[in-house]
Amino acid sequence: MTPTKTQQSIDKFARDIDAEVHDSVWGGAKKTSEARYAALERDFPETADKLRETAGKIKQHTLENLDKYLAQAEASLQANGAQVHFARDGDRANEIILDIMKQAGATRMVKAKSMVSEETELAHFLEKNGMSCVETDLGEFIVQIDHDHPSHIVKPIIHKNRRQIAKSFEREGLGEYDDDPETICRRARKFLRDKFLHADVGLTGANFVSAESGRLTIVTNEGNARFCMAANRVHIAIVGIEKLVPTDRDLGLLLNLIGRSGTGQQLTVYSQFIKGPRTEGQPHGPEEMHVVFVDNKRTEVLATNCRDILRCIRCGACLNVCPVYRQASGHAYRSVYPGPVGAVLSPLLAGSRFPELADLPKASSLCGACNEVCPVNIPIPDLLLRLRDKAKREGAKKASAGTPGMGMYALLASQPTAWRGAMSMGKAMNMTPPAVMNIVPAAAAWQSARQLPPWRGGKFRSWMKTRKHAHDA
Amino acid sequence: MNDDRDLIFSNIRKALEPLPERAPYPEWDAEMPICREHPEFAERWDLYAYKLQQVNGTPLRGLKALGEWLVAAGQTFGYCDPKLVDEVRAEPAFAGITLETEFDRARVDEYLFGITLASGAIAETGTVILKDKETSARLGALAPWTHVAILRPERLLASTAEAIASLGDDPSVIWATGPSKTADVEGILIEGVHGPGTQICCLV
Repeated sequence: MTPTKTQQSIDKFARDIDAEVHDSVWGGAKKTSEARYAALERDFPETADKLRETAGKIKQHTLENLDKYLAQAEASLQANGAQVHFARDGDRANEIILDIMKQAGATRMVKAKSMVSEETELAHFLEKNGMSCVETDLGEFIVQIDHDHPSHIVKPIIHKNRRQIAKSFEREGLGEYDDDPETICRRARKFLRDKFLHADVGLTGANFVSAESGRLTIVTNEGNARFCMAANRVHIAIVGIEKLVPTDRDLGLLLNLIGRSGTGQQLTVYSQFIKGPRTEGQPHGPEEMHVVFVDNKRTEVLATNCRDILRCIRCGACLNVCPVYRQASGHAYRSVYPGPVGAVLSPLLAGSRFPELADLPKASSLCGACNEVCPVNIPIPDLLLRLRDKAKREGAKKASAGTPGMGMYALLASQPTAWRGAMSMGKAMNMTPPAVMNIVPAAAAWQSARQLPPWRGGKFRSWMKTRKHAHDA
Repeated sequence: MNDDRDLIFSNIRKALEPLPERAPYPEWDAEMPICREHPEFAERWDLYAYKLQQVNGTPLRGLKALGEWLVAAGQTFGYCDPKLVDEVRAEPAFAGITLETEFDRARVDEYLFGITLASGAIAETGTVILKDKETSARLGALAPWTHVAILRPERLLASTAEAIASLGDDPSVIWATGPSKTADVEGILIEGVHGPGTQICCLV
């Protein structure tokens, strides 16, 4: 395909993507989608959609009463002996965490997966400030040693294959080149085990927080979040303010959904319900627990007509099923959140940098698969349309790349005479060689991968006319 | 710090204020999230054992079976909850097995297995429930390659909804559903990433 000026950024990513990366992403996403359908068929045949819809209503209710539930969660956690902090943005969250570490005399952090910590770039910040911070989720660990970025919410290294990982391990001195996945995992186990046992602080995110009890629910498959709360003295949880649910009972419903939506499991291997420091008499685990609630533009999103996106539970199902994500991979979205959820959330979280990501809502055919699989039933295609509208109104240049101007169309469509004239002129297109039409950049972009069908315009009008006469007769 | 709290709450109120009405909390039946029924299993334990095997866990019945399993696997040195150790040692199948009741962090990789009490289990998912107050040592249940949860029959629950209702006031409740695993490398399943590579639930 030849590059053209009018292509959207995401098309360029899809065009230039390394073949190995494309195959990894396409295959990985497809496999996980299929596992999700299999889990549905096996475990949730009748109630599947009802569960999604109910969970969506619970999350929407929580968002629309967030002031109440956030205050309740804060009070519950404090009653359990946890310390609660609030951060307006990422910088403030990072400073709070650094401060907690300093006050505890801590220098070594082991870190479980947290998307909000990707937003705040916590690991970089701590390392710049003299702390060590080791990612312990296998995928995130590989991202960290490669100085790369995650390309998927649940499977951060979906874009890498075993040969690339084996080379990274060899480079980092974790052993001679060996691309056997089991060897890779054993080496990571050994290396990170030592980090867990010598850490002062364990940092986790939280998938859900029950306002009623203050319980943080944290799910992993590897057990690294368990290890972030076993050998160390301090536990810090960094949590977006939208993670709340009203009651513990809601946790049961959402846990059923997140496992099958994310990876096709009935439940993820470990679901942890944490509401305070370790119990008396327990020899292991943190004596100190901190929860940092982060806004980082979530309240801005709450004020828009796209607030439904804050229901998202970060399962990644919409990425796996999305035909655009599968072709373009996560890095094409140039932000922390890729895929359909990212196409809505990333431009909104960008704040004043919205125009830079204004093309993302257009990177969709609006096929609706993302809405169909969403465990909290977010109407993603509707939200994409609202953001396209916002981009248009704000005159964001990126939003119009690859789109022919609609001004001429609007003129023709509102003037019957002009329309008739254009219809008959359309026939001239059938006699124009495609190469000549490519003078128009939009036509060139379109024709680079497709063939223009012959012009058949005006047929409907003549049919209508004949039909009307037949009726009259 | 406190400024941030006030700012966030005031921004939330400002954002929600224009809404003509707030979405109500939906009514839903506690039975709804319960998975497909399995009438083919007469006893709850049989369903549990089936579900645990589906996630590559190992269900065993009785301490004799456990002792034989450990000996056959060559795992003859491990950690055991001090409250369970007398009962376990009394089982002749444990004759060749050494149990330590204090978990020594300095020798974390020497323990081949850890035996702790299950606070419960969930039949519909094959899950073991570990509560902080009933788990003698967090590392003993996490660090060794094999974790054995000793389950009393009356503690086997039917569903996740029941298990949620029984969370109680424990500060750390863990549901473990099969061995630790990852599919980060090319989607290939590997067990024993950071936690146990073998998860046993032994009904006693």
